[in-house]
Amino acid sequence: MTYSQFGHMIPEMIILGIFILVFLFDTFSNEKGKRILTPFTTILFGLGTIAIWVIPASGETVFGGMYINDTATNAIKAILNIGVFIVLLQAAKWLNSDETVVRKGEFYELLLVTVFGMYLMVSARHFLLFLIGLESASLPLAALVAFNKQRFESNEAAIKYILTAVFSSAILLVGLSFIYAFSGGSLYFNDLAFAISQGEMSGLLIVALAFMIAGIGFKLSLVPFHLWTADVYQGAPTSVTSFLSVVSKGAAAFAFFVIFTQCFGAVYSDAWEWMMYGVIILTITIGNLFAIRQKNMKRFMAFSSISQAGYIMLGVMAGETLGLSALMFYVFVYVVSNLGAFLVINTIEEQSGYLSMDDYNGLHKTNPWLSFAMTLAMFSLAGIPPFAGFFSKILIFTSVTSTNSWALYMLVLVALINTIISLYYYLLVVKAMWISGDEPKIGTLTTFRCEKVGLWLCVAGIIFFGLVPYIYQYCYDAVVNSVKILTAVVPTI
Amino acid sequence: MDLSMLWYLVPSVLMLACGIYGFMTRKNLIGILISLELMLNSADLNFVIFNRYLYPGSMEGMVFTLFAIALAAAETAIAIAIIINIYRSVGNTDINEVKQMRF
Repeated sequence: MTYSQFGHMIPEMIILGIFILVFLFDTFSNEKGKRILTPFTTILFGLGTIAIWVIPASGETVFGGMYINDTATNAIKAILNIGVFIVLLQAAKWLNSDETVVRKGEFYELLLVTVFGMYLMVSARHFLLFLIGLESASLPLAALVAFNKQRFESNEAAIKYILTAVFSSAILLVGLSFIYAFSGGSLYFNDLAFAISQGEMSGLLIVALAFMIAGIGFKLSLVPFHLWTADVYQGAPTSVTSFLSVVSKGAAAFAFFVIFTQCFGAVYSDAWEWMMYGVIILTITIGNLFAIRQKNMKRFMAFSSISQAGYIMLGVMAGETLGLSALMFYVFVYVVSNLGAFLVINTIEEQSGYLSMDDYNGLHKTNPWLSFAMTLAMFSLAGIPPFAGFFSKILIFTSVTSTNSWALYMLVLVALINTIISLYYYLLVVKAMWISGDEPKIGTLTTFRCEKVGLWLCVAGIIFFGLVPYIYQYCYDAVVNSVKILTAVVPTI
Repeated sequence: MDLSMLWYLVPSVLMLACGIYGFMTRKNLIGILISLELMLNSADLNFVIFNRYLYPGSMEGMVFTLFAIALAAAETAIAIAIIINIYRSVGNTDINEVKQMRF
């Protein structure tokens, strides 16, 4: 092994470098220096984001093929990085409040480690690296959920999160151990795909697939593995909630796609595609139906994100180049729309403490710009035409229907009907803000500089991502240029 | 006496079943954590058994187990830390205390 291999892991090295700098700065700076920790981290991370966008992927596999850095993984990392950057902007005000100011360095460090784990998970080509990435993405998140340790809900959410996360990773490990029995002694994705294609169909492997779907489904909060979602989203600090709902979900969805199309795409696609078929229908429908009755905005966003995860998973059903590029585009649009909504929720919660949908009545009288941003985010999540959400939905639906099978047409029909249901509850928020005639409960709020930058980024994304064809083209090109991510390279005998 | 692989897989499956049962029924947070450990260990046992019997020439399963044990330890550490936080605020680790958020 040579150390030059680390040179190919550019995104990971950037994140690790930022982590080390922030850690050293936080440890060794004095009181006065700590005051600039927030701008220091945010600007450093912004520069890192730009670097990941600009530096082209090497396309190399390193560590004996355990890790790959090609255009598709690089693109999803760049997309997620924007999400993390917006979360950092959103968290700035809350972290500098009296309650958390002494611990704000920990927040940044835990967040950066989580991001590092997600990148490993996205780039993994071996189940060991995938597992390590998955765990280092979910364990620091539990500590982040418990970050408001004076508030009991935060602790309650954290214990619910960590117990379900460990349960799901135990299930995933058992599934992996069954898969290992069929793998020919090697857990590389390539070797595994080859070994499976040589062997005969086995019932145990189908059980193992179900275990794998359950394990990763927990992270993605797919129904029926979604029960932790609402409680954790409600109890966690709002910035952590937005991180959970967007960034960790995007990374898990990408990893899910890669594992299932690559390792089990050739032989077992029938088995897991039918399982996913049921899971997606349940996820979209139940997420929607439960969102209707929620009054707390964070719980409401939790169920909305469950149903959005179902839409993201449609990309897995489509498979191939179109499916993956539609999935990546959907994640990108989902990042800006969902974070836009969370930025507004966070601003209102931080300053007034109101979190219920009824409290938003007549918001436009006192805070027209916040209402405007929230409305755009809701329109985008619901998929109303000129905004980005419409285009991401249409692309993911066309990628599914391009396979010409009746079962998938029915799936898209169910998803379409659910889009209409979701329109109802997203518009409830818009109605509360603009139409309801009550006197506004919330006074005029001041948005701080960081939040303003974040909101403008989100609003620009919501308006332009659908209209500018370059964005989808970027995702598509990234996927087309990285053939190795989609098909297993089977060694010639 | 020569035992076949099946005899080693039986305790592993039993451990998994006990772990899942314990996770569902225990009323104490520490008890739930112990059940989770049982599940994780059952998976580790599976890896070792499959490696020993099916692929005696390679070491991949053993190495995987070593990493899995380390990850399980990290999980337990964080879970215990959170349980201590809960203990400080309510005075016990009963699961009925953590039900403020529902529906």
